Amino acid sequence: MNLRELEPGAVERKPGEAILALDGVSLAFGGVKALSDVSFGVREHEIRAIIGPNGAGKSSMLNVINGVYRPQQGAITYLGERRTAMDPHRAAAQGIARTFQSLALFTGMSVLDNILAGRNLMMKSNIFLQALRVGPALREETAHRERVERIIDFLEIQHVRKTAVGRLPYGLQKRVDLGRALAAEPRVLLLDEPMAGMNVEEKQDMCRFILDVNDEFGTTIVLIEHDMGVVMDLSDRVVVLDYGRKIADGTPDEVRESQAVIDAYLGVKH
Amino acid sequence: MTVETGTADTFPKLLLHHARVRGARPAIREKALGIWQSWTWEQVREEVECLACGLAQAGLARGDHIAVIGANRPRLYWTLIAAQSLGAIPVPFYEDAVAQEMVYVFQNAEIAFAVVEDQEQADKLFEILPECPKLKRIWYDDARGLRHYSQPELASYESLREAGKAHGAANPGFVPGEIAGGRGDDTAIMLYTSGTTGHPKGVVLSHDNLISASHAYSELEGLRDDEEVLAYLPMAWIGQNLFSYAQWMTVGFRINCIESAETVLTDMREIGPTYYFAPPRVLEGLLTQVTIRMEDASAIKRWLFRRSMELARRVGARILDGKPVGALDRLQYALGNLVVYAPLRNALGMSRVRVAYTAGEAIGPDLFVFYRSLGINLKQLYGSTETSVMVCVQPNGAVKPDTVGPPMKDVEVRILESGEILLRCPGLFRAYYKNEEATREAKDGEGWFHTGDAGFFDETGHLKIIDRAKDVGKLSDGTLFAPKYLENKLKFFPHVKEAVAFGDGRGEATAMVNIDVQAVGDWAERRGIPYSGYTDLAAKPQVVELVRECVEKVNADLARDPKLCGSQIHRFVILHKELDADDGELTRTRKVRRRFIAEKYAAIVDALYSGAERCAIEAQVRFEDGRTGIVRADLPVTAARTFAPDAAKAAA
Repeated sequence: MNLRELEPGAVERKPGEAILALDGVSLAFGGVKALSDVSFGVREHEIRAIIGPNGAGKSSMLNVINGVYRPQQGAITYLGERRTAMDPHRAAAQGIARTFQSLALFTGMSVLDNILAGRNLMMKSNIFLQALRVGPALREETAHRERVERIIDFLEIQHVRKTAVGRLPYGLQKRVDLGRALAAEPRVLLLDEPMAGMNVEEKQDMCRFILDVNDEFGTTIVLIEHDMGVVMDLSDRVVVLDYGRKIADGTPDEVRESQAVIDAYLGVKH
Repeated sequence: MTVETGTADTFPKLLLHHARVRGARPAIREKALGIWQSWTWEQVREEVECLACGLAQAGLARGDHIAVIGANRPRLYWTLIAAQSLGAIPVPFYEDAVAQEMVYVFQNAEIAFAVVEDQEQADKLFEILPECPKLKRIWYDDARGLRHYSQPELASYESLREAGKAHGAANPGFVPGEIAGGRGDDTAIMLYTSGTTGHPKGVVLSHDNLISASHAYSELEGLRDDEEVLAYLPMAWIGQNLFSYAQWMTVGFRINCIESAETVLTDMREIGPTYYFAPPRVLEGLLTQVTIRMEDASAIKRWLFRRSMELARRVGARILDGKPVGALDRLQYALGNLVVYAPLRNALGMSRVRVAYTAGEAIGPDLFVFYRSLGINLKQLYGSTETSVMVCVQPNGAVKPDTVGPPMKDVEVRILESGEILLRCPGLFRAYYKNEEATREAKDGEGWFHTGDAGFFDETGHLKIIDRAKDVGKLSDGTLFAPKYLENKLKFFPHVKEAVAFGDGRGEATAMVNIDVQAVGDWAERRGIPYSGYTDLAAKPQVVELVRECVEKVNADLARDPKLCGSQIHRFVILHKELDADDGELTRTRKVRRRFIAEKYAAIVDALYSGAERCAIEAQVRFEDGRTGIVRADLPVTAARTFAPDAAKAAA
């Protein structure tokens, strides 16, 4: 499945069955309502964008999906299992990976080691064998290293393979963060503002990588992004949030036409 | 010492020879997924045979052209040999050429087949497909991103190889038969010259041309079959073709394909090439990196580096040439070698280099001497696509930085009144493809090739090249003006990336300058000068001052030269954008197109001579995604101090 079969031609890309659904999710921090009664679905292999003005609840939404926040109401259905809340470990084990708006990398470690760390959940042999690098542990390490090298090749970061992440420019760090998430061979990839703070060229590169991930591995992608051009070009479907409520949902064209969305972005006279 | 190659007179025959004689030795390596993968000569022969069968089945016939587009990849090299096995003619392209530049070549050579590296190249071909109706089949090496393409022209390299394998199994005698049918005077390859004006010209080179040039070099340097060579320059460039393909085939050494353009330095350190070829800009880039890193080093290290380099500059090159050097200097140099030179050579990946060549354009003497003083046997050679790079090379032990050495064996050189260099040699091309007029212009009735370069022989018989014959001009007072000479002097400063000098028919020489963003950016950072990008940085008064110092140093230097002291640079402008091949300002081999620039930036040239203090300019730029935009700027014209011939000595 997905990244596990990195050979080309392994996955056919066709938006399929719903893989993830949120039903009436509400989340509040004390009196602050971050999300109220939000429902939407994500189909397998699609690119689904969540957009909205600042403070609309986009990042909270991702945190609900991968189980960092527990919503007070509503339910999440993932791979046919309905729960009131996800649990981060289970989410990771069941193939949900994410990147972070503020990068979550080990700045003192090399690019290679950072991405290798993303495969942590898949390491099977015990820690002593790993430390000694003998027998099954050595074979396993070789296999993991190969996967990591494929990701490095895929993201075109061979030239910084052994460079400490902290020394890289921001755009490249973002790419490494994506690589770390990809290392977990996710079925669903959550991207939190993958292009924030990038220049035009870096954005173009990132767009291509996102499309390629979706295309080559059939990975379902849920992304938050501020750059409207990017969102409209990349996504199959878009959800628009405003003050924690869903105000529109549909294809980029439908969303662009929606009066509620125009009002939310441009403001409206009261 | 020659490597025995029997009677093989074509590259495919040479491949068969190597597969027989050293079949189990690695012939080519490629770094993939962080590991060097290798193929033996026997494996290469097998691959080539399958591929040749596949291409023949697809319809590639003797005399047909086939496009090869991409970076240095083993499969693209195999395509070259496979095509040649069938008597077809490969036409390599620069991988960074934009689609429109390819149209002419596809039409001119009537290319029906193409083997490309990846999606990027395939996309370009589909873009020009309507204009190139002859193009029928495109095969790709890397499938990434191409899976959902449904164009009937497109297929994978694997499918081509598999089809060929099946065909080869059924007809085992086919490819050997085709190879045996090839002759030395068949066309081996066609390389298009970038051409500073008009359409590119297809230079037709035969197997004999390239093989005789290869032999000339390997005899001169005693090349062996255990040399390691890094394949990292564009395949469409004659230098790469001669040193990484033709010589690979004649000598039977190993070539190593780099992982990506950004990893050259790492790959080079891992491979440790013994035979190395680099155009001056690569050597310049390396030196800039060293300089920048040294400036960040601790005070003790900087002092040690400076002292060691002073010594090296004084005696290093002499030691390398085997000339007499005092015992104390030798001892000091040995010490310097221990602490500075050897580690530096290692950092540059040049620890094992026995012979290094540089060519493509004139190299600044200081840059050249830097490498030689470190104990690296770097030598200049002179040649062009038309001559299979076989004209002159500096001899071991008698290298003079400002010449390109005496003519090689079997090369005849004549110099015209005008200073233009004419020559005859076995490597001389057959013709420009479908362009008899240009062929006649370049190659006269007696077979002399008009190089278009100006130069002269010095008293020891070494050839000295000054500039392109048509670019050498005179200031209005009759002083010699060689723009390239000035530009190279400026470009030696790590802060200057490109320079364009003007002055032909004018009263004084002036220049446009591109700063090196990396070097100047670093310099600005250390001084706490904030900047947002190239344009902003180039406009900082401190940067202008920095460049002015560079220009004045050049002037002081020029003042010492009796012939050129009149062409000191009086005024300069720092350009607001980097000169770029995509905007037509540089050729694909990164040579400045002076005339084009003079027209495009006519407003700046005017300002340089009108005495204006500022100059407003608009320029069109082409972004990487193909869109174009306008960049506006208001540039200051800065005057630089010039020196009278004797005042310079006082200043120095």
